[in-house]
Amino acid sequence: MLDIQNLQVCVADKPIIKGLSLQVPAGEVHAIMGPNGAGKSTLSYTLAGRNGYEVSGGSATLNGEDLLALDASARAARGVFLSFQYPLEIPGVPALTFVRTAMNAQRKARGEPEISAPDFLKRARAVAASLKMDMNMLKRGLNVGFSGGEKKRMEIFQMAMLEPRLLILDETDSGLDIDALKIVSEGVNALRAPDRAMLVITHYQRLLDYIRPDRVHVLAAGRIVASGGPELAQQLEREGYEKYETAA
Amino acid sequence: MSLREALLTHNADLLPGRRDEDWRWTDLRGVLRPLPDMSTDLQGLTSRPDIEVLPGVIVRRHAAPVAGGVSDIELVVARGEVVLLLDAFEAGEGAYVRDAALPIRLEEGASLTRLVLAEDGADAVSVICSDVSLAAGATFHQTVIASGARRQRIETRVTHPGQGASVRLDGAYLLSGKRHADQTTRLDHTGPGGESRQLVRGVAADQSRGVFQGRIIVREGADGADARLTHNALMLSEKAEIDAKPELEIYADDVACAHGNTVGALDEEALFYACARGIPAPEARLMLIEAFIGEIVERIDEAVLQALARSFVATRLEALRG
Repeated sequence: MLDIQNLQVCVADKPIIKGLSLQVPAGEVHAIMGPNGAGKSTLSYTLAGRNGYEVSGGSATLNGEDLLALDASARAARGVFLSFQYPLEIPGVPALTFVRTAMNAQRKARGEPEISAPDFLKRARAVAASLKMDMNMLKRGLNVGFSGGEKKRMEIFQMAMLEPRLLILDETDSGLDIDALKIVSEGVNALRAPDRAMLVITHYQRLLDYIRPDRVHVLAAGRIVASGGPELAQQLEREGYEKYETAA
Repeated sequence: MSLREALLTHNADLLPGRRDEDWRWTDLRGVLRPLPDMSTDLQGLTSRPDIEVLPGVIVRRHAAPVAGGVSDIELVVARGEVVLLLDAFEAGEGAYVRDAALPIRLEEGASLTRLVLAEDGADAVSVICSDVSLAAGATFHQTVIASGARRQRIETRVTHPGQGASVRLDGAYLLSGKRHADQTTRLDHTGPGGESRQLVRGVAADQSRGVFQGRIIVREGADGADARLTHNALMLSEKAEIDAKPELEIYADDVACAHGNTVGALDEEALFYACARGIPAPEARLMLIEAFIGEIVERIDEAVLQALARSFVATRLEALRG
């Protein structure tokens, strides 16, 4: 599904990703772990299409389609969803309005008809109920005044509504207490599907106790330096990143 | 120095210009030579608004003059009366010059909610000024929404007696092309215990220029005044300009006065967030601008005026789309 080959990315002319290759097949969850400064956020922003992340080499395709040639909104329409480490507050735009605008923009880009207001609302109610979210929260300005946990839950709500094919979770565990972490993880796990791939980017192994990955990759100094099964995460938790940092 | 005197006497030396402190960002001298002829002559007053009454709302439609035009019309809201007022300025053709004086007097306990929708032609010069006086217990809530002109200035000067009177002076400007909009307010707290609230927001695209001057004066004896003034502006292009001058002059004791002013660009992070959810950048930009200005619209507490304001803003947003 996601196929990254020898990707090289510069930020402000400084090479950050230096030849990264990674394949995530449909239905699998892969974790990317790495120390601070390894390029984890750069990888997620590059895949999502943020300005200022200059690809100087390599390729990234989703189901064979070149992602790097598309702008951020077009990638979203093809099914890329980046869950932000720090979701933005957008005063004056109610969450429901935001999600409906996004959904219809994606549908338009794919040549599909818009969702009707009643259908949208029906679906929003069902998803909110499954995440134990209050509908009133969805009528307020997006993420405005929300706690860290509430913001992450709003990210899950958006994922569940937009039904992406590739989910990138960027440090989703940051700023979450254990209860919020459980709720968010349950939300993510409910979205596991045979036609959906997930990339879970994290510094700590803690999140992976709740979202069990099929594969774990270690990112250090802009490259994948080790890959393995879930046991690799346990090992990193015990031994730290030190040996990979020196190896890279 | 005023546009009105200059027009009525046909003497361009009387035009306010950049050397006048209050007009330094809205220079009329440089743009009005020669002065236009007056459109007609009606005892010095050359145009009158059409006044109609929508259900619950007094509507004053101010047509643009053909050349130069001066109008002067007072509104008195009688004791205890509640009035909703729309002052709609309509754009005309070419380089017309308008000067409208619209004084308002609120008697004891009267309440006026006023919406000013100022649409002018891109080549026009338009100056709209209201002196507003309130008696004790009166309420004056105003929202001015402007789209600029070659030079456009909307000035509101309020005398606030304290004594239970309440004032809200909000504004918004949405500018594109080479348009210029100036919102100037002077809020004069003259009696004890007066409360006033002001929120003005603007967006300036292309080579447009937004000017905000907000002066709050708390006179001797106006103890306990509570005045808040905020201006926030977004610059949508590097060639746009925003000039803002909030001022407090306080001569009384025990007052709570605050002013805040921010000028910045659209939040790139928020923009990327919206794009990453599938909203194309031009749409995302408009959505954020609409939300920014929307807070001004939502503060209008009368639904019928709020709807009029919303539709005016929606039309101007389309112009910002380019």
